Amino acid sequence: MAKKLMKGNEAIAEAAIAAGCRHFFGYPITPSTQIPEYMSKRMPQVGGCFLQAESEIAAINMVYGAAGAGARAMTASSSPGVSLKQEGISYIACAELPCVIVNIVRSGPGLGGIQASQGDYFQATKGGGHGDYRMVVLAPSSVQEAADMVMDGFDIADQYRIPVMILGDGMIGQMMEPVEFKARTGRNLPEKTWAATGWDGKSRDRAIINSLYIEPEVMKTVQERLAERYAEIAKNETQVEEYRMEDAEYCIAAYGTTARIAKSMIGKARDMGIKVGLIRPKTVWPFPSEAYAKAADKVKAFLGFEMSMGQMVEDVRLAVAGKKPVYFHGTLGGFVPTPAEMLEELLKVKEASK
Amino acid sequence: MATVFEKTKMLTDAPLHYCPGCTHGIVHRLVAECIEELGMEKEAIGVAPVGCSVYAYNYFNCDMMEAAHGRAPAVATGIKRVHPDKLVFTYQGDGDLASIGAAEIISAAGRGEKITTIFINNAIYGMTGGQMAPTTLVGQVTTTSPYGRQKEHCGEPLRMSEMLATINGAAYIERVSLHDVPNIVKAKKAIKKAFQCQIEGKGFALVEVLSTCPTNWGMTPVAAQKWLVENMIPYYPLGVKKEVE
Repeated sequence: MAKKLMKGNEAIAEAAIAAGCRHFFGYPITPSTQIPEYMSKRMPQVGGCFLQAESEIAAINMVYGAAGAGARAMTASSSPGVSLKQEGISYIACAELPCVIVNIVRSGPGLGGIQASQGDYFQATKGGGHGDYRMVVLAPSSVQEAADMVMDGFDIADQYRIPVMILGDGMIGQMMEPVEFKARTGRNLPEKTWAATGWDGKSRDRAIINSLYIEPEVMKTVQERLAERYAEIAKNETQVEEYRMEDAEYCIAAYGTTARIAKSMIGKARDMGIKVGLIRPKTVWPFPSEAYAKAADKVKAFLGFEMSMGQMVEDVRLAVAGKKPVYFHGTLGGFVPTPAEMLEELLKVKEASK
Repeated sequence: MATVFEKTKMLTDAPLHYCPGCTHGIVHRLVAECIEELGMEKEAIGVAPVGCSVYAYNYFNCDMMEAAHGRAPAVATGIKRVHPDKLVFTYQGDGDLASIGAAEIISAAGRGEKITTIFINNAIYGMTGGQMAPTTLVGQVTTTSPYGRQKEHCGEPLRMSEMLATINGAAYIERVSLHDVPNIVKAKKAIKKAFQCQIEGKGFALVEVLSTCPTNWGMTPVAAQKWLVENMIPYYPLGVKKEVE
């Protein structure tokens, strides 16, 4: 299939359709609105269902219903809207339903601004809803990667019966890049014998999609099952890119849009003779702690870049475990860091590491 | 020996957890019998609420989903859009439907969502131990209106059926009561009609069932029925509020 020039939000929507998603429920919010808009046009063309929900809360609960009924279902929003969805995400996690949730992150807190930000990392990776749960969080740094991650996301969700979040940002959602929707190497996905599809009384057990476990012993069993699954996901699904780390003396820690800008900076720094590389988590949960831990034995220092006050850097520090200094530079307000700004920070770190 | 009566197969054998004198058990049986009599046993998918009937998924013998508080109409919408040929119903109490889930029920009706809602109105929050509901009558004493509900302070109870009847997407809305046998028979007819409405694709259908909560009202089951007739029916008049041909 030839490459097409597409806006990130549109590529995310088309990738969902390519992955067989035929049920989308959403609510308009900047800067993710092109996703429901695109879906409203495309779903009728492929025999699918786009429904504009009355609220973000209703949208995620429609996803709960559709996913529980066995369909590949998706919703998309931006930060304040994703806060409203947290109740539903917690229920989906406990009811073990597969679905894909897109967050095109904007700046905050509160109503915040509408420019790109990475301020929702904590919410996405540490459990924004109540209770003890995880979801797989994929963080694309290009439009192509966003499309790939949506398609993989549906498979991961189905394989492990877990909600998957695509953690983009206003930059990923709004910029245009060439993209193609590649056929994937298929995972062996289990049949959805648990789904509520109407029960004939014999061919399977009666389906009960539920997250209420009043008996502590039963709740414990469910939570232990989830914990085991999370450990299995951490083992099998952690994805990380190591860029120019072979001889690196300094390691940049960044994800998504920020990691992409960091690559430009690394080129410039290398031209100046500074041996610097990047470790970019593609899954921010599960977090690639091992990659950072290994780097801690080789590099002089780490430098985190995020469009936030410093969120992922806490996971980097946990992984580095005090072995080397971990510095941080955050860009706030919806501004995107420039390579020059990043280089200046790297030079400071180099000076401090003498 | 000839069998003259059998419990409907649409109810499981699980013992109901409801309090003595509570009318949930009657409504469960009416709903189950209607689904069976319509021959829709294999097509039914139900959505249970948060509230006293949270365990409805243990009692209705069909595929079931348990929804977050108030969200049953949104969950049912998701199911119905995936399986338009199935019989999708929600079973919700007054706190669930008229308070925290008011937006979901109004919007489901607004879309003319082809689902059936069984709405239990007992004028109180039962599961949490008798707090004021959006349907609690003025003057009624609850644990969060210990001096009786005062309309100057928190308004008057919502009449959900009348409100929903104004919505074009609502195809059938009726309020019934269970205080005597003739009314139970009427309630069953209404519930069956509400399912038929969905089967015929007419639109959103809801049956509001006035119910008693002797435990939290602090009454005997008999006194509770009398209180319902004397206090609830005057404020919540019975009958068909909306029916499209």
